[in-house]
Amino acid sequence: MISFALRRLLQSVLVLFVMSALVFTGVYAVGNPIDILINPQADQAEIAAATAALGLDQPLWRQYWNFIAGAITGDLGKSFSANVPAVKLIFERMPATLELALVAMLIAIAFGIPLGLWAGLKPDSIPGRLIMAGSILGFSLPTFWVGLMLIMLFSVWLGWLPPTGRGQTVMVLGVPVSFLTWDGLQHLFMPALNLALFKLSLLIRLTRAGTREALSQDYVRLARAKGLSMARVVRVHVLKNIMIPIVTVTGLEFGSLIAFAIVTETIFAWPGMGKLLIDSINVLDRPVVVAYLLIIVLLFVVINFLVDLAYTALDPRVRLAGRST
Amino acid sequence: MGWGWLLVLPLVLFGIATHAAELRIGLSADVTTMDPHFIAAQPNLTAQHHVFDTLVRTDERSRPFPGIATWRTIDPVTWEFTLRKSVKFHDGSELTAEDVAHSLERPLKITGSPGGFQTYVRPIVAREVVDRYTIRLRTAAPYGALLQDLAEVMIVSKKATAQATGEDFDRGKAAVGTGPYRLARFARGDRIELVRHEEYWGGRLPWDKVTLLILPSDPVRTAALLSGQVDAIEHVPTADIARLRKTPAFRLEQTVSWRTILLHVDQQRAQPPGVLSKTGKPLGRNPFQDLRVRQAMSKAINREAIAERVMEKLALPAANVVSPSVFGHDPAVKPDAYDPEGAKRLLAAAGYPDGFTITLGSPNNRYINDEQVAQTVAQMFARVGIATRVEAMPLSVYFGKARNKDFGVALLGWGSRAADLALRSLAVNADADKGYGTWNWGGYSNRRLDELVVQSLGTVDPAQREVLARKASALAAQEVAFIPLHYQVVTWAMKADLSYIARTDEFTFAHHFRPSGPEKRDK
Repeated sequence: MISFALRRLLQSVLVLFVMSALVFTGVYAVGNPIDILINPQADQAEIAAATAALGLDQPLWRQYWNFIAGAITGDLGKSFSANVPAVKLIFERMPATLELALVAMLIAIAFGIPLGLWAGLKPDSIPGRLIMAGSILGFSLPTFWVGLMLIMLFSVWLGWLPPTGRGQTVMVLGVPVSFLTWDGLQHLFMPALNLALFKLSLLIRLTRAGTREALSQDYVRLARAKGLSMARVVRVHVLKNIMIPIVTVTGLEFGSLIAFAIVTETIFAWPGMGKLLIDSINVLDRPVVVAYLLIIVLLFVVINFLVDLAYTALDPRVRLAGRST
Repeated sequence: MGWGWLLVLPLVLFGIATHAAELRIGLSADVTTMDPHFIAAQPNLTAQHHVFDTLVRTDERSRPFPGIATWRTIDPVTWEFTLRKSVKFHDGSELTAEDVAHSLERPLKITGSPGGFQTYVRPIVAREVVDRYTIRLRTAAPYGALLQDLAEVMIVSKKATAQATGEDFDRGKAAVGTGPYRLARFARGDRIELVRHEEYWGGRLPWDKVTLLILPSDPVRTAALLSGQVDAIEHVPTADIARLRKTPAFRLEQTVSWRTILLHVDQQRAQPPGVLSKTGKPLGRNPFQDLRVRQAMSKAINREAIAERVMEKLALPAANVVSPSVFGHDPAVKPDAYDPEGAKRLLAAAGYPDGFTITLGSPNNRYINDEQVAQTVAQMFARVGIATRVEAMPLSVYFGKARNKDFGVALLGWGSRAADLALRSLAVNADADKGYGTWNWGGYSNRRLDELVVQSLGTVDPAQREVLARKASALAAQEVAFIPLHYQVVTWAMKADLSYIARTDEFTFAHHFRPSGPEKRDK
């Protein structure tokens, strides 16, 4: 177990290193942030001074070296346009994105698994077929369009929900959360639904496929022959056995939810990290872009590690890599 | 979809009755910081103008008038500013000349900024506090544009900002100004909440509470207005203007903006990039250096058609470097009439009867319909024999390449409060020591124009300066230093019971929104 964790840690550090080099070079190659952020009235002397102040006149390898030296102490640079440490900017926006992603995942799991089970247990019934058709729509309709349609329906035509922004927040353990207030829930509903749609459809199909497969297994037939009720068979035996692919996908998708909630955040003006990334890319605010991507990589690594740990809990036959069976 | 509006209207009326003195505005770009001296970005300034004041203000036509001070010139290099008495900061302290001196010095001490305010305060070589309410500013040489420059520098409280960091401003501790509203909460990327400053020197304001919501996505901003989440929005997306105009529940305010869209043409190099003969061989000389070629290109453009069709009437054809209400616009100079036959004749006379090929660079996400305008201009050039290839790209890539002079012809949008200031950056011969020609991508060089611009900027009397500025603007137009296309039109949309004085400088100020019409808001 310890050797597994250590090996994982080393791999993660390597991945972070490679990632930082790639992103750094990439943003450097796109353009010069001074060109975009400079005051139009500035003269040549001022442009040169600003370039030097941000360290942009130095060769690429030297800029990267300065960045790594700072990164080791936890300083990933200051945002060019906001004059605030990049890490602080990201952590300021992280609770909003995490909240959105968690609520979206909850919606997806809470509805996806039961609906998928239903479709799997009664595939030829009308609800079963409707659920499958719905899931196709769910992952083919573009998030952007669905979001705008939700706004048109609930905000403009019905006037039930506010179209943009995050609602009132309360502090819980020092972190502002908005799902504890009614106003917050009103603002949260549409973006979370929008974000959850793809994953919901995915989970429905995954659960249905797993259920169909599990139901044809011998142990299920034996349990039924022994006289156990269908409900108990599904709850105790089938569910546990279809969980591995679901947990894998959920883990991977959760990382995607956090990292790429960009579209939803842009549409609903949700003040999260994804929107910060897009805005920073547009003005070539390099410290923020690099810091964001590094944090996301770290997040993916941690999530994958937790997923691997979850395997052993779910399936006693699986051993963590590195141990002999 | 007409019935949809019937559902919205009751909500609007309901909103009027209950939220009596609150105004919510949807802004179109992110505000990155509340420190008014850190970075000169218009979205930031929009928000900061609510909290801070400037010595000099500009009206909706971008003409300077007294803000928290009046002024007079004692001699050509000395300006005396007399502050209004009893101007109170948000923390109750009084505005004094010490605060002004500190505010004019602070931009020079800001570190780590990619684009600060140094340019605006550098002409001031000496600040002399005469007494509690009087300060004298001395420039190195006579400088007439000092007023326009001072309109950009906000006055902060010396006490509150002595050692303040950017975060102190964002948290509100240092954001102590004399402006009409005080900062209640700055939620970056989300909203800015402001509360009325009860002791504002400018008198009673119509709104108790102002919320500026950050809504950069175009359709979402419109949806926020339609659903009643905001009372007004700025920069209405082109696609929604026609619809909003037809809706009685909403009202549009428009005016010609200060933003001039123009084409820089490379007049410096013998072989500008992308400029070749029709067969692909180098031309051997630079066609843009011939005035007749530049005139031909200007005549080839049907500005009326662009304004009408491509810009959907959101543009006014241009010939001057600045738009009609701006200082230095010469009304006698008219946009070139569309004359493709005349253009072909000029090209033949200049020695290009078969025309040539060029490459036109343009951003695709910065100005209204920028890429479409570039494509249309390209087709118009093609009609007179100048085959044009358009290279459109996001701004983050475009500016770098354009400043590197990678294009023979490049599109640019420029907004300025004075023609001489604009020409100083766009058309005066580049001089790194003096700071001239920083955006003169074409490398245009005309001694007479340089002299006129320098003379104009060095004239302190506004009337004399305007004469010179107009002469410079006219000369630049006659000599086709660059090819102006049009001035953009800026649009605000708001609930029908509000009105706003549309501004040429595109700023959105909550305190300039007024209730109007039969449904007056109380208080």
